[in-house]
Amino acid sequence: MYDEFKALGVVVLSLSTDSRFIHKMWQEYELSKMVKGGVPFPMLSDGGGKIGAIYGVYDEAAGVDIRGRFIIDPDFVIRAMEVLTPEVGRNPKELIRQIKAFQHVVATGEVTPSGWEPGQVTLKPGPALVGRVWEVWKP
Amino acid sequence: MPELKEGCVKPARGPILPAPPPLLAGATPPQEAPKMLARVGKEAIDFEATAFVEGVGFQPVKLSDYKGKWIVLCFYPGDFTFV
Repeated sequence: MYDEFKALGVVVLSLSTDSRFIHKMWQEYELSKMVKGGVPFPMLSDGGGKIGAIYGVYDEAAGVDIRGRFIIDPDFVIRAMEVLTPEVGRNPKELIRQIKAFQHVVATGEVTPSGWEPGQVTLKPGPALVGRVWEVWKP
Repeated sequence: MPELKEGCVKPARGPILPAPPPLLAGATPPQEAPKMLARVGKEAIDFEATAFVEGVGFQPVKLSDYKGKWIVLCFYPGDFTFV
């Protein structure tokens, strides 16, 4: 999975309120047994949840950052955010689909309709498309 | 095992926000809880955090170090849980 992020030129950074020491132990005791060589991306420590608070994911009652992920483009603009309560894990396939869609949009100026996957038809926004989406896009 | 770096002797800065307007003489600084500032379509809020990097050790990481690349930020509740 990480190779796919790498191929897309994406930098992954993970954050939790755990200290860097706990990150190291987690890598040594568990992650390195799940991922060959351990997770390759920087594991950041958000002690006190100050960064999480700014990003709207810090839960003061529990004192932790809940599951939130953000896609940031090369111009440093936030393109997407998804925040879940902790019980449900994320879908990395959907994350990759969104990154591919945003990269396509930035590269071409086209827009991607609902559920778009690479290779499928895109839309070219403009007056000519108004009222004619049904002609070009048949999901 | 290669020697790992301890590059985090100084505490990380956390969120890096524009400086607030100067206070009037005698005013007490506001003690507000930090508010959510992240918005889609708006510039990301920069921050610095201490990080563990496999094969490197501990080092400070600034979000803006990665300006010019696509970045995925992933927050999660805690180590030793599923991500």
